Amino acid sequence: MTTAILEAPDTRDTATEAPAFYLRDEHEHADGGSTALGFWIYLMSDCLIFAVLFATYGVLGHNYAAGPAPKDLFDLPLVAVNTSMLLLSSITYGFAMLAAYEHRQTATQAWLAVTGLFGLCFIGIELHEFAGMIAEGATPERSAFLSSFFTLVGTHGLHVTAGLIWLVTLMVQVRRHGLMEANMRRLMCLSMFWHFLDVIWIGVFTFVYLMGMLR
Amino acid sequence: MLQDPKLLHFLFGRLSLDALPIHEPILVGTFIVVAIGGVAVLGAITYFRLWRYLWEEWFTSVDHKRIGVMYMVLGIIMLLRGFADAVMMRLQQAIAFNGSQGYLPAHHYDQVFTAHGVIMIFFVAMPLVTGLMNFVVPLQIGARDVSFPFLNNFSFWMTVAGAVIVMMSLFIGEFARTGWLAYPPLSEYAYSPDVGMDYYIWGLQIAGIGTLLSGVNLVCTIVKMRAPGMTMMKMPVFTWTALCTNILIVAAFPVLTAVLALLSLDRYVGTDFFTNDFGGNPMMYVNLIWIWGHPEVYILILPAFGIYSEVTATFCGKRLFGYTSMVYATLVITILSYLVWLHHFFTMGSGASVNSFFGITTMVISIPTGAKMFNWLFTMYRGRIRFEPPMMWTVAFMLTFVIGGMSGVLLAVPPADFVLHNSLFLVAHFHNVIIGGVLFGLFAGINYWFPKAFGFRLDPFWGKMSFWFWVVGFYFAFMPLYVLGLMGVTRRLRVFDDPSLQIWFVIAAFGAFLIALGIGSFLVQLVVSIRRREALRDVTGDPWFARTLEWSTASPPPAYNFAFTPVIHDIDAWWDMKERGYVRPRQGFRAIHMPRNTGTGVILGALAVAFAFGMIWWIWWLAALGFAAMLAVAITHTFDYHRDFHIGADMVTRTEDDRTRLLVEGA
Amino acid sequence: MTGHAAQTGVHAGLHPDGHDHGSHRTYLTGFALSVILTAIPFWLVMTGVLANNQVTGLLIMALAAVQIVVHMIYFLHMSSRSEGGWSMMALVFTLVLVLIALAGSMWVMYHLNANMMPGMTDMSRMP
Repeated sequence: MTTAILEAPDTRDTATEAPAFYLRDEHEHADGGSTALGFWIYLMSDCLIFAVLFATYGVLGHNYAAGPAPKDLFDLPLVAVNTSMLLLSSITYGFAMLAAYEHRQTATQAWLAVTGLFGLCFIGIELHEFAGMIAEGATPERSAFLSSFFTLVGTHGLHVTAGLIWLVTLMVQVRRHGLMEANMRRLMCLSMFWHFLDVIWIGVFTFVYLMGMLR
Repeated sequence: MLQDPKLLHFLFGRLSLDALPIHEPILVGTFIVVAIGGVAVLGAITYFRLWRYLWEEWFTSVDHKRIGVMYMVLGIIMLLRGFADAVMMRLQQAIAFNGSQGYLPAHHYDQVFTAHGVIMIFFVAMPLVTGLMNFVVPLQIGARDVSFPFLNNFSFWMTVAGAVIVMMSLFIGEFARTGWLAYPPLSEYAYSPDVGMDYYIWGLQIAGIGTLLSGVNLVCTIVKMRAPGMTMMKMPVFTWTALCTNILIVAAFPVLTAVLALLSLDRYVGTDFFTNDFGGNPMMYVNLIWIWGHPEVYILILPAFGIYSEVTATFCGKRLFGYTSMVYATLVITILSYLVWLHHFFTMGSGASVNSFFGITTMVISIPTGAKMFNWLFTMYRGRIRFEPPMMWTVAFMLTFVIGGMSGVLLAVPPADFVLHNSLFLVAHFHNVIIGGVLFGLFAGINYWFPKAFGFRLDPFWGKMSFWFWVVGFYFAFMPLYVLGLMGVTRRLRVFDDPSLQIWFVIAAFGAFLIALGIGSFLVQLVVSIRRREALRDVTGDPWFARTLEWSTASPPPAYNFAFTPVIHDIDAWWDMKERGYVRPRQGFRAIHMPRNTGTGVILGALAVAFAFGMIWWIWWLAALGFAAMLAVAITHTFDYHRDFHIGADMVTRTEDDRTRLLVEGA
Repeated sequence: MTGHAAQTGVHAGLHPDGHDHGSHRTYLTGFALSVILTAIPFWLVMTGVLANNQVTGLLIMALAAVQIVVHMIYFLHMSSRSEGGWSMMALVFTLVLVLIALAGSMWVMYHLNANMMPGMTDMSRMP
């Protein structure tokens, strides 16, 4: 099998047509070709962490220990508002990405800022919800149901918070270095992260809040 | 002010001078030895002015080859600690008869068997396996490094941080006394309020981050960075097993992270996940931890299977038999490893329907391994077998692992497991497969790839000495345990009532002594090899007449691995090149793009230790500061956009010319 | 996502390097679908219009699954082409494992609770 892809090296014995065993004219491929896939795989591992938390909630979520149950605690209208904050932040991040691909740096920054604000609202509302529950005695230590609730929803909230820190960092880096290749990669990763968190939230509001009220 | 209890409490948490084990002679003795040894090593490094060299060439290196070697060093050092724990147990169990309590009080003995398991799995087997995969895989696929070199360095230092945390528990405070998986309720705060459990949790959580990221790294590397022409079905078998191993890592370690986090919430915040009351369910911990635990053992064994495939093909001078079925067997094992976890707790009471499902899946998963065994045997058949140490380890594996596998299939039968669960039969089984499978494979791999890493072979005589002591020692140490288990002896016992059992424990202790000689021989092998390195020198880069791409490079390979990216045409790429008239290029080299070294990984690892120490001892300001500092360092690191450089074409030419000279001289 | 010429006006969202980045239209479509798929379950539960809780439960789970797919396509630009099919394979593998972990845990724990904690199977009333 002779695959004469490239020219032969000078010292080669041309009597026997050996196939090419190396790339002589390799042009440097761009850095960061693995980043998108690598981050996606990391997100899959994060998905499994949430799977464990969902499984724990599924197994322990009915153990009220004679304490408050979902019906006593969940404020669906508030959860609906919160859900819309996250959903809106998803689309504003989408607009930020589109602006970035069009090399419109100011528009990108603006949409990122709006995303951050929606994210902050989400966290604020969630903290308000948690504070209210704790004030009523529905603390994480009260029952296994509450432990699982606070951990699942709280872990999601921690991820959103981490995303917000990342967002601010990226905005600073875009301001400094513009929409260069490395920053585009980072924006892409945060984009995946942000939408992934919204996907997890779909699971949370369905299985925790809505199903909880159906019990 | 210095006596103010509130201030002291704030500054030191629950740490006090009581944490130093000055009343325990064994620990005092250990500390003296470690201190002397430590001072000697640090002193020698200082005396020979090697700190700068170590920092610049090794600690801050993002080169997968350097990182791989450092993982191996970590694993070997921790092997000595883990083995010391084993010797202590064997000694205790051999003498604690006829009214004797032995020399280890319960409080200490329980820590010994816990530490033995934790260290051997997390800080010996995992680093050794990771180290080999790190070193070999990029070379085997024709790449210059892994996908994320900095992340690789960071992963290593997080693993070291975990090891440091666990080792610290020897001298400051104590370790967990719960067994290596720390089941609740015993591991809950109510029953283990001491720091030992917290050392366990944080050591594993931090090392776990390193392992998870390493998994992501290697999966990406194998998927994205293969040389042109190397399709999936042309990858070496070791790379295939590395891929499946790292997929398992990515899929399993998050579960461990989550479960340990839930346990630490129970301990720190008072949540009720695994408590006896308020709705908690300790059985859920067992369920979740084994969802991680079973894939974990496949993470350990699959790379070893890959090593055996490479070694068998090389030392039989034949292409591996049944490449396709090897690949499929590996993939099937990967998937099935998620469907068997309940066999670790048949006796917990899930009932016949659940038990029989998992019993069946457990038996099924032994089949692909059997297929592999036949493939290796068929590779040997009509081959020209050379019994160099790697091949010796492989043959020993084939015999030993099959026994261990069969005892596993016996345990897979739920009614049988009801008798044998948590007996010494179980202990014998898993040591049989881990030592016979993983450890023998690691020694085969070390002997096989050492010349590639360092440019000279390991001394074969001492390699054989180590081999025989290990293999004979293993059988003496663990076959009695099968007998004892079948007679009904429970694991983790410190004292025994039945004097007729003692002879078996004495035989086992003798086995441990032989293994000690095996380890000693291995260390001698290292020293002798270094001293005789000129006689053992490998100038060709291919001392074993091997088949895969890593053997086409110099020994050791240059920093950039390949001056020109290879083009692949067939399985066993290097063999193919040799057969078909490959001529090594000697000119036309270009500048090569390389990642820069960085100290960020070391710093983050050190900060992780500080954070963990704060969490363990309730020194909240330290924990908060450590965490914040880690965040700040990590974010600052991302502001560095100039993390690369070029090796100039002239430098490449010079390096390649050096190799040309070596090849000509050696010819 | 390597350096590419700025694209003006209406563009298909498909870039020269083959990555799908979406467009204003696809993002808005995804958003609209998500809003609908969120509003319906909330409405169903808050008004209790379907008397049967079980049916309601199944319906909202189905709608959640659909919305997740919407997010995957319109926001995450999931396709079987991205990264040569590896993204999809990683996702499918993860989903399989998630299902095994969830279903497996619930099956196992149900049996353990039934056998090992008799009389306590309805933990919602237990102190």
